[in-house]
Amino acid sequence: MSKFLTGRAGTWTGFAAAALVLFGAAPLLLSGFRLGLLAQFLCYAIVAVGIGLAWGRGGMLTLGQGVFFGMGAYLMAMHMKMADAEFRNGPGSVPDFMELAGIREIPAYWVPFASPAFTIAAILILPTAFAVLLGFAVFKRRVKGAYFAILSQALAGAFAILLIGQQSMGGFNGLSRFRYFFGYNLDDPINQQMLYFIAAGILLVVLAVALQLRRSRYGELLVAVRDAEERVRFLGYDAANIKVVAYAAAALFAAVAGAIFVPIVGIISPANIGIVPSIMFILGVAIGGRGSLIGPVIGALAVALAQSALSEQFPSAWTYAQGLLFIVVIALLPGGIASIAAATKRFRREPVTAEAPA
Amino acid sequence: MDLLVGQLFTGLSTGSILLLAALGLSLTYGQMGVINMAHGEFIMAGCYTAYVTQQVVGDAGVSLLIALPTGFLVGGAMGLILETLLIRHLYHRPLDTLLVTFGVGLVLQQVARDVFGAPAVNVTVPQFLRGGVDLLGTAVPKTRLFILALAIAAVAAVTLVLRFTPAGRRIRAVVGNRDLAETAGISSRAVDAGTFFIGSGLAGVAGVALTLIGATSPTTGQSYLVDAFLVVVAGGMGRIKGAVVAAIALGTFQAVFETYSTASLAKVGVFVVIVVFLQLRPQGLFTLRTRSLA
Repeated sequence: MSKFLTGRAGTWTGFAAAALVLFGAAPLLLSGFRLGLLAQFLCYAIVAVGIGLAWGRGGMLTLGQGVFFGMGAYLMAMHMKMADAEFRNGPGSVPDFMELAGIREIPAYWVPFASPAFTIAAILILPTAFAVLLGFAVFKRRVKGAYFAILSQALAGAFAILLIGQQSMGGFNGLSRFRYFFGYNLDDPINQQMLYFIAAGILLVVLAVALQLRRSRYGELLVAVRDAEERVRFLGYDAANIKVVAYAAAALFAAVAGAIFVPIVGIISPANIGIVPSIMFILGVAIGGRGSLIGPVIGALAVALAQSALSEQFPSAWTYAQGLLFIVVIALLPGGIASIAAATKRFRREPVTAEAPA
Repeated sequence: MDLLVGQLFTGLSTGSILLLAALGLSLTYGQMGVINMAHGEFIMAGCYTAYVTQQVVGDAGVSLLIALPTGFLVGGAMGLILETLLIRHLYHRPLDTLLVTFGVGLVLQQVARDVFGAPAVNVTVPQFLRGGVDLLGTAVPKTRLFILALAIAAVAAVTLVLRFTPAGRRIRAVVGNRDLAETAGISSRAVDAGTFFIGSGLAGVAGVALTLIGATSPTTGQSYLVDAFLVVVAGGMGRIKGAVVAAIALGTFQAVFETYSTASLAKVGVFVVIVVFLQLRPQGLFTLRTRSLA
């Protein structure tokens, strides 16, 4: 059984089953509104896969994924605002929120985002490049553990504050009221469904990339760096390079999730990406199991579902639940839900691969 | 000249606030290597202690004098409970402690919201702290001077306790080398609990002081926490000296940067400065010399 699950056939079966659920069952069974919600949750799940890689496998507790999520989201939002303005008033016209803020001319850094190709390239390259730069700056100097966690958190705080101060980026209110996504009308339910399919497709691709990274030699090295960084260094590897790859991959995943989040939800504001939302990304990963591949996805979906079901009706109880989940899951069940399965296997005296968290 | 004095004082004042918030954090982090994200909520508890005391006592001056020691006890007691119930059991898992204490902070924030309500409350500033003092031609608010004095007093007290009391000697021994200290008969558990009590108590005191310059809401502590952490990171873990220098440097930098730019850019500036600074000194300003690899 366990051999089947970890083998090649098991992988294909797993992906096929996930595809069947995401592309077949969900659109058939869920109403348009609920499918939209699920699409939003899938965005969180994509971020969670990246955190699972950086934190679960690499031991880098990144409390600032909101930065990369926000970068992707804002880059996409800029393009959509430009496209909307162009559609309404012809090329070169100012997006509506800028008119309200009294900005008469499009700022220079907005101009290239009129091009869809430039926008997509920017979403794929800018956040990743930023993560690589920051990663080298931090990891080469062997800043790690709690220092890194605090720095990543401060980054999220600084990024949110920076955006609040920028009127030409929507300020406190962020960017919202989009009409077109690369020419597709967002009011049309069919196009909403298309966005869901895109999000689901991205999730599967991201999972495949993460799986490949885990199973490769690189994945072994990453776990080795997590568990004994000095020993890996003594063996002649540069631990910083290994960490930067995982950090950059997590950043890329978050950026792509942010980019698809914007047309699905229709708004991005500093409140979506600051310190608290960034650390909330962690909760799902912790619950699902930071070391496993699919655990973070399940955890993120479960947390998002619970949040949407509970937070409006019982805001107070939901905050208590979040706090207690952090306490109970991390203190008592550091491996998350995924470790329960591993524990039962151990109970049956079957060999298990170690998924010990850092 | 006026501008310079004004900026220097603003920097010193911002620095002293940062220092008050970071001092306890530096103590507990240095001792146990534990990042306590609930520290901000202990500050918030100090703020509400001042608020409640004033509701009970009435007179602003007397209530401030009562609230300062009470805030210390409230913060300290909360820290002691947290240490005994959770942190002690999460040894050698510093990152997990960070997340667990974040959860504790979330719960405490919600408790404050349920008890005192989400809108901010205000504490009346006592008569003798209202208005300003003329300092080299610049008007300086008395409340800020009071906080500066309080920060100096807190640093002095912590330094004296660490250096000259038996308890302080035990704390320094455990910080220096935990295993060796235990071998010498020091109960590191008792020392941990004591340090946590003092560190969290300082957060409570900081909270009481903060009510003099701002309103109190359930998220008050959170807004100070990240800056306080940056002070600890830049100062070097567990070094009081480092925390003092880093707090004043960051405070001044932020104040000066703000005059030439905006408050939001100043925050970003602080972050960049710290990342660059860590390139030069990855372990912070002052470090304990150890032979460990970490």
